[in-house]
Amino acid sequence: MIALLRRDLALTLRSGGGFGLALAFFLILVVLIPFGVGPQSELLSRIAPGVLWVGALLACLLSLDRIFQLDFEDGSLDLLATSPLPLESLALLKALTHWLTTGLPLTVAAPFLGVFLSLPGEAVVWLVSSLALGTPALSLIGAFGAALTVGLKRGGLLISLLVLPLYVPTLIFGAECVRRGAEGLAASTPLLFVAGITAGCVAALPFATASALRVNLR
Amino acid sequence: MSFWEYANPKKFMETSSWLLPWVAIGSLLCLVVGLIWGFFFTPDDFRQGSTVKIIYLHVPSALMAINAWLMMLVCSLIWIVRRHHVSALAARAAAPIGVTMTLIALATGALWGQPMWGTYWAWDPRLTSFLILFLFYLGYIALWEAIENSDTAADLTSVLCLVGSVFALLSRYAVNFWNQGLHQGASLSLDKEENVADVFYFPLLVCIAGFVLLFVALVLIRTRTEIRARRISALRARQRLNDTSPSATPKEA
Repeated sequence: MIALLRRDLALTLRSGGGFGLALAFFLILVVLIPFGVGPQSELLSRIAPGVLWVGALLACLLSLDRIFQLDFEDGSLDLLATSPLPLESLALLKALTHWLTTGLPLTVAAPFLGVFLSLPGEAVVWLVSSLALGTPALSLIGAFGAALTVGLKRGGLLISLLVLPLYVPTLIFGAECVRRGAEGLAASTPLLFVAGITAGCVAALPFATASALRVNLR
Repeated sequence: MSFWEYANPKKFMETSSWLLPWVAIGSLLCLVVGLIWGFFFTPDDFRQGSTVKIIYLHVPSALMAINAWLMMLVCSLIWIVRRHHVSALAARAAAPIGVTMTLIALATGALWGQPMWGTYWAWDPRLTSFLILFLFYLGYIALWEAIENSDTAADLTSVLCLVGSVFALLSRYAVNFWNQGLHQGASLSLDKEENVADVFYFPLLVCIAGFVLLFVALVLIRTRTEIRARRISALRARQRLNDTSPSATPKEA
């Protein structure tokens, strides 16, 4: 399992794009928003929580179709499916790789980009913790969507459509948590909800992903 | 005589061809009676005026939008557990009807919202959850359309329907978190004292019955079409097989 994780990580990092693309997209979005809505800092700080969360979500969406596609095309997914490793753990591993290459860097970068949007200082803790707890759910849901569309030629658009409504609860609670943090309200309830969604996704979604993969490899 | 007999396409076709006219006529009757009764023989509401009559389209379509998804969920479960093709085809047949019902509910709601709330759209919890439901329907239909092998498509859409149901429910409660509702609470329930006034209640019930029957009739028609399409493609495949292998003697059609 560790070997597979290292292989996937190396592949994603060296193939270019995967690691930098999400971050670059996030940076572009956050930098463009002030140009679009104007530089008033009170307006920016009000929309900052939502913009940061939406940006992170879209950046995640960008690299979803790569989770299984390359392995499917060169046949290594078939080999992995016949290996002693259960397909469920493979699904979990792929989601973990995706998270390590997109969710984690986004979480680390978010507080710095928050400065551009004049995010209040007290919200930074909530931003980092909600992203750290919420982006794994995004990766897991994304892996599920990728498994559904892996056999298709033009899965890119379809995967966005499938995954979009599944992302809604995580986004609502995540952005709500940061917003409450920014306004100085108690923000731990939405944070707990985000953590709950992620825990539920970790527990249940690898099975759905694996069953979708099995159908597609049939 | 068990329910599972209808998993046999032949049995399903026989029964549905007998059932369909009755359901269709019942639906037409209920809708005509309910809508005419509702539109012309009920008083205007003392605050809402005549716009209250949108209720006869809005509430039944909203109900059916949710029930269609529930039906798809049950069909998907049956397909996953027992692999009856009729079930998968019925789920496929229900999806476009469900999305239409969702659209009708959203559109009539917008038309009703404009005079009453002063806006076509508000990010109210109920409205938002219907929008999310709409997106779920679109994704489900798009997945069906995108996959060529129909068994693969049935498997994948069933999994999507199961996962989607969990998340749809989650979104339904997540949007409540904003705590700002323009939409009123439930105005119809079996165990509550205070329902809509009886003048509006009875025609509304007739309309709901009409929509339920309409949904059943449309699902039956569409499922029968799907089964026939499946048969045609099977026949075509057999014909191709016969054409390519000259040794096989062509069967009498």
